Amino acid sequence: MKKAQEQNKPKKYGMVIDLDKCTGCGACMVACMAENNVPFKKDESNKKDSITWMRVYKLTNDEKYPDADICYLPRPCQHCEGQHGHSPCVSVCPATATDYSEETGIVSQIYTRCFGCRYCMAACPYHARYFNWWDPVWPEGMEKMLNPDVSPRMRGIVEKCSFCFHRYQSAMDKAHYEGRRDIEEGEYQTACTQACPAGAITFGDLNNPAHKVHELKKHPDAFRLLERLGTNPKIYYMSNREWVRKAGDNHLMAEKPAKKQH
Amino acid sequence: MDSALIPEGVKRCSTGKFALFIGIVGAVLLWGVYAMLLCWLKGLNQTNMNDYYGFALWIWADLAVIALGGGAFFTGFLRYIVGKDELKNIINYAVLIGFICYSSALLILAIDIGQPLRGWFIFWHANVHSMLTEVAFCLSCYFAVLSIEYLPLILENRQLNKVPFFHHLAHNMHEVMAVFAATGAFLSFFHQGSLGGVAGVLFGRPFSFREGVFVWPWTFFLFTWSAAAYGPCFTLSLTKLIEAITGKQLVGEKCVNLLAKISGWMILTYIIAKIADTWYWASVLAPAQGFTLMDFYSNNPVYGIWILVLEIVIGGIIPALILITERGRKNPMLFILAIILGVIGVSINRWVMVLQVMAVPVMPFDTWAMYFPSWQEIATTILPVAYGVILIAISYRYLPVFPQERELND
Repeated sequence: MKKAQEQNKPKKYGMVIDLDKCTGCGACMVACMAENNVPFKKDESNKKDSITWMRVYKLTNDEKYPDADICYLPRPCQHCEGQHGHSPCVSVCPATATDYSEETGIVSQIYTRCFGCRYCMAACPYHARYFNWWDPVWPEGMEKMLNPDVSPRMRGIVEKCSFCFHRYQSAMDKAHYEGRRDIEEGEYQTACTQACPAGAITFGDLNNPAHKVHELKKHPDAFRLLERLGTNPKIYYMSNREWVRKAGDNHLMAEKPAKKQH
Repeated sequence: MDSALIPEGVKRCSTGKFALFIGIVGAVLLWGVYAMLLCWLKGLNQTNMNDYYGFALWIWADLAVIALGGGAFFTGFLRYIVGKDELKNIINYAVLIGFICYSSALLILAIDIGQPLRGWFIFWHANVHSMLTEVAFCLSCYFAVLSIEYLPLILENRQLNKVPFFHHLAHNMHEVMAVFAATGAFLSFFHQGSLGGVAGVLFGRPFSFREGVFVWPWTFFLFTWSAAAYGPCFTLSLTKLIEAITGKQLVGEKCVNLLAKISGWMILTYIIAKIADTWYWASVLAPAQGFTLMDFYSNNPVYGIWILVLEIVIGGIIPALILITERGRKNPMLFILAIILGVIGVSINRWVMVLQVMAVPVMPFDTWAMYFPSWQEIATTILPVAYGVILIAISYRYLPVFPQERELND
């Protein structure tokens, strides 16, 4: 009965990222930029105005050798479900330029409707949204290498990770062509998932018991970023290191690490 | 040269002196216009804003001028709805300041959006859940109301008023002004509130998030309340400033005293609510999200606890106590101090609700986002000030802004 209920649930795509496997190589960042026609500048040293839909943070436990430890935390858009179905960014956008899809659970961004008020950026605690401060410029010849499935964005609008939504559309088109109503696990993968050499990223339908992520998200070592805010993200992280799990949220000095609920 | 345009029975400086003044302020205005054009033509890369600081200096200026311009709706409400007849001597000036503040706010928003030609999307693709949508609708409508309220004053120019149509139009508009004042008060209540809601609904930002009363976070009500409380302080500050510049008394003591007294009581009640809000936020809301009060006021070079003291004690409790006492209002030095502190208090409130919200790190492994505006941002923020000075100067010179001027200076 329970399984039947689960199978009837709408799709909810999400990721489980194993932080103990991530080496911080940055392949996911590069793959994301190439796949999604993310523009870049000659000087990307100012991380606060460069666009990285997928950004890798370096976390340390602030201990001295031999207890020193580091962890790399890849951070795509968290595709929050939010409170009462409202992601932090979706409910604030005045022009409905960002939307939560009930069909896939993906938070999308409609570039042609965004007019650049940046309220969604103010609302996002993960800094996962990026404003195009400059016109996108590619080195000569590279414009011919852009992904034709993804529209380049113009100056003055906000963009963000879309879970490579064009790949979902493409997979669904293929399935329909073959007479199927739906796609199997693995038919739709994000570029970062595919590129990760350590296999740290697992992507799939969190609601579908047949998908790996469905079980992985229930693992005792799984946690989400800033869970206490009620943003209800669809990115789960995993680590068997307690300090890493603790670093995923804010805690008062007197508090023990928040108990995970499964 | 322009004496035929100047209201009868009042003295103004020479045309040359006036032209020189307008020329100097006009140069500042042009500097701002140049910076504005740079932002429009080259993009917001001309600013020092970034993905951490998407709301910055001029958004603060936007919220501050709207709060300060709140004197217009609240004075209009007191004059036309509550029936405080004495305020008729300052209502023209309050409307003028409100008109300047709201047109400035719209101008700043036009500069701020990354795609100004798509600004109409906010009306066309309106998201009814967004506080910013409510702001856009109410701000635009209230600006229209303020224009209607300002229009009869323009028509009362000595030469324009000779035209019978304009004369009758102005007269009839005055007769029905209570309707517009009521509409303005209603609209302003909502958009001042929704500006508070803009920050209050950000549940991903523990510094600004406040729980809701129905669909509104309670910052909604705090913003409306503070605009009504502090707006008159700004009107009075500019009245005193223009009196000092012209060397004339322009508004009667009775009117000033009444507005200051009401403002004082409004500030006092507001600041009690603000303290209650701060206490609940610091002891319940923020800890529930893993923060202590001092997390928001430490580990950075700028945002210390002094901000909270400046906003609540120096910019709130002190002006309130001065303005509610007869002795405080009668003492010119204390009076000036109180209205200036009031202006600072509400401006600091808007500052923290815009800039500190952006600066506070939310992710545990992130750091404070520090920021200093570029000259383009500073110039475009000064632009509305220059525009306001010019509009006040022209209005004062050619329109009967202060009905008591002749009587008080005979």
